[in-house]
Amino acid sequence: MKKRGILFLVFALLLSLALVGCSGNSSTGGTKEEEDKDTGTEEGTKETEEAAGNNTLVFGRGGDSTSLDPAVTTEGEAFKVTVNLFETLINFGEQDTEIEAGLATEWKTSEDGLKHTLKLREGVKFHDGTDFNAEAVVYNFDRWKAGNAEQFYYYNSQFGDKIESVVAVDEYTVEFNLNKPIAPFFKNLAMSPFGIASPAAIEKHGDKFIENPVGTGPFVFKEWKRNDRITIEKFADYWQEGLPKLDQVIFRSIPENSARLNALASGEVDLIDGVNFSDVATIEGNPDLQVFERPTLNVAYLGLTNTRGPLQDKLVRQALNHAVDKKALIDAFYAGAADPAINPMPPVVAGYNDAVEDYPYDPEKAKELLKEAGYENGFEMELWAMPVPRPYMPDGQKVAEALQANFEAIGVKAEIVSYEWGTYLEKANNGEADSFLLGWTGDNGDADNFLYVLLDEDAIGSNNYTYYKNPEVHELLLKAQASSDQAEREELYKQAQVIIKDDAPWIPLVHSRPILAGKAGISNFKPHPTGSDLLSNVELK
Amino acid sequence: MFSYTIKRVLSLVPVLLGLSLIVFFMIRAIPGDPAQIILGQLATKEAVEELTKQLGLDQPWYIQYFTYLGGLLTGDLGESIKTKTAISQEIWPYLAATIELSFCAIVIAIVIGVNAGIISAWYQNSWFDYIAMVLALIGVSMPIFWLGLMEQWVFAINLDWLPTSGREEVRNPVTSITNIYMIDTLLQGRMDQFWDVVKHLILPAFALATIPMAIIARITRSSMLEVMRSDFIRTARAKGLRMFWVVYKHSLKNAIIPVLTIIGLQTGLLLGGAILTETIFSWPGMGRYIYDAINARDYPVIQSGILIIAFIFVMINLVVDLLYAAIDPRIKYN
Repeated sequence: MKKRGILFLVFALLLSLALVGCSGNSSTGGTKEEEDKDTGTEEGTKETEEAAGNNTLVFGRGGDSTSLDPAVTTEGEAFKVTVNLFETLINFGEQDTEIEAGLATEWKTSEDGLKHTLKLREGVKFHDGTDFNAEAVVYNFDRWKAGNAEQFYYYNSQFGDKIESVVAVDEYTVEFNLNKPIAPFFKNLAMSPFGIASPAAIEKHGDKFIENPVGTGPFVFKEWKRNDRITIEKFADYWQEGLPKLDQVIFRSIPENSARLNALASGEVDLIDGVNFSDVATIEGNPDLQVFERPTLNVAYLGLTNTRGPLQDKLVRQALNHAVDKKALIDAFYAGAADPAINPMPPVVAGYNDAVEDYPYDPEKAKELLKEAGYENGFEMELWAMPVPRPYMPDGQKVAEALQANFEAIGVKAEIVSYEWGTYLEKANNGEADSFLLGWTGDNGDADNFLYVLLDEDAIGSNNYTYYKNPEVHELLLKAQASSDQAEREELYKQAQVIIKDDAPWIPLVHSRPILAGKAGISNFKPHPTGSDLLSNVELK
Repeated sequence: MFSYTIKRVLSLVPVLLGLSLIVFFMIRAIPGDPAQIILGQLATKEAVEELTKQLGLDQPWYIQYFTYLGGLLTGDLGESIKTKTAISQEIWPYLAATIELSFCAIVIAIVIGVNAGIISAWYQNSWFDYIAMVLALIGVSMPIFWLGLMEQWVFAINLDWLPTSGREEVRNPVTSITNIYMIDTLLQGRMDQFWDVVKHLILPAFALATIPMAIIARITRSSMLEVMRSDFIRTARAKGLRMFWVVYKHSLKNAIIPVLTIIGLQTGLLLGGAILTETIFSWPGMGRYIYDAINARDYPVIQSGILIIAFIFVMINLVVDLLYAAIDPRIKYN
């Protein structure tokens, strides 16, 4: 008799499956009153969608946040959420990185650039009901200053020891005393990591503030299910009348690009980022959907590690620059939504040097340069392909293959290599790659945030992966950092770009315009070049 | 049987010890100083030294191992570097998501796989047999990534029957109690949500079930064919028993052992090997938890995640072993 057990088990499973199907349908007659509220039929999802209010926007993105406290993270995904929870003293423009009033309404700088005085907005409340005032600002800066470099990366890289003290002059006036001028001081203040948090909440939650964020932003944090979704809802006491227009925003992580587009097409999400460039035509052909282009603030490049083999020779690096057909890359992999990169920063950044000319695509010239450098018969090198897609690099493997073919044409044999992402960055940072694909999205739209961060000798070991070192460039970049005269700074950066172009530590590839897509009913969505989108004006029909 | 169970459970002790040892050394074999990696390139020397001490990495390896083992025995799985939360605390939602999905997948794989195998054997060389076995061959070699996207395209976008991804309709979220949503929604009497959860499960569960289903079908078929040629089956048929009972009772009972073995192994694989399915269907389960931890170099999470999956794998195989004896009295363990 026992032996029949397994048979029954199989049947029971079959039955239960069938029952699952039936019960879902039949129980909707409404045995309980609660059920009547949400009509749970087969179309349940569709109907509840409407019942729960059209005013919920579901934003599908590639990854989950690492932290909800913007101060302790460097992850772009984290800022996408926190920009809606926290506000900064200074704001960026709607779709650019010009500075505007934020939590500070007025500001002035002393002659020597060492003292900034900011007048704060009155009547602003944190989500926990406490008041926003000068004390709160001081508290936040003291917190960042007291922490170590690992904890508050951005504070240390943007302000570091240069902020001597932050003082509350009166209830709504703060004074920043510096010991060295910081040229992009206000742009830095506008960066998401410097969102002002409620001191009371920081005291209350301590270590757990990363999952209990309290700011002054248009939305209040509601729920975080890790690796799945983050829900934020309208802040009723928000200081800007009538905003936000949405009642709720849900950030869902959907790691795979095509699956994310499928979720949009089937209506499960309303807005997605990280759209494959190759999918743009399909989306444009669908009347229910629309495409958004994010203004560029990025650069994709092939780093040529300046300390390795033939790449130590400037002529070789220039030759490789001549070998790459950027236009073909853009047509093939960016669906035209990119511009060829000439300098290491995009043209929107103040100080961009228009006079610099690109190395034209010219394999013959490339061969000549190789010959001059003594590599008439070419050489072999590794070409590292990024294993993950990024807005500036949709498909590392394919771009690497195209570059491989370009190099082959001038006699350079490139072997494509790839590692898991963490290892890739670590090894490249150690200078173990000959040539490697990488890119950068600007944090604050300042030239310093591209040139100094990516190519200064101080940045070797952090973001200068090519080990490029030129004392002349170093001097120019440091001088520009310390100057508070914007015109002078721009001139210095222009000079630096000329030298960098000649030294050719990289092959700058493209500045892409990352693609987002949403339902046709979305209005007032303005993608921001930094990648962190403020959603307070967005409406959903 | 009882003494066998005891013996079998005791024999797990060295297996589990070995397991913990392997995982322990595997993580330490990764090049680089963990403290340095955790803190990043910019860390000061003092900070690295302090963390090294804090992590106990300055101790000899056997002390480290026993500290680690002691922690495991008291349920301490360490703390995630990324989230700074105790792993034993944060792991359950991921594990629950994976268990729910794997359970559904293995049920589908068993129900369809076993029955397809039986019928194929019953009507050997019929058109059903051919089609089923060709499908099984395709199933085994199916790229899950492609299958998942195709499922979404057909059933979610074109037919609009099922959702593409996630565990629930996020605009109408489930209140989690156990984190196994089918149970949670039933406990709360929310049949609408229960149905929603089931709909979210169907596509990923089928994608995940494809390979085990195909393997189970093929093993069932060959095992059944062998049994159905035996004398006792001929006797059963000769005495006029209905074919259905001959197949489903007499033959299956004798053919089920190898099938059970393969089910056990496949179930274990599903738990850890669901990373592709979880990625395509954005299922917040163990596969992605560990994968993200690898990307973030979150060593304690990698270590404990692998350990837990390996532990479950061992447990499932224990259950299978015990089932052998329960099902087939000819199997005697002394």
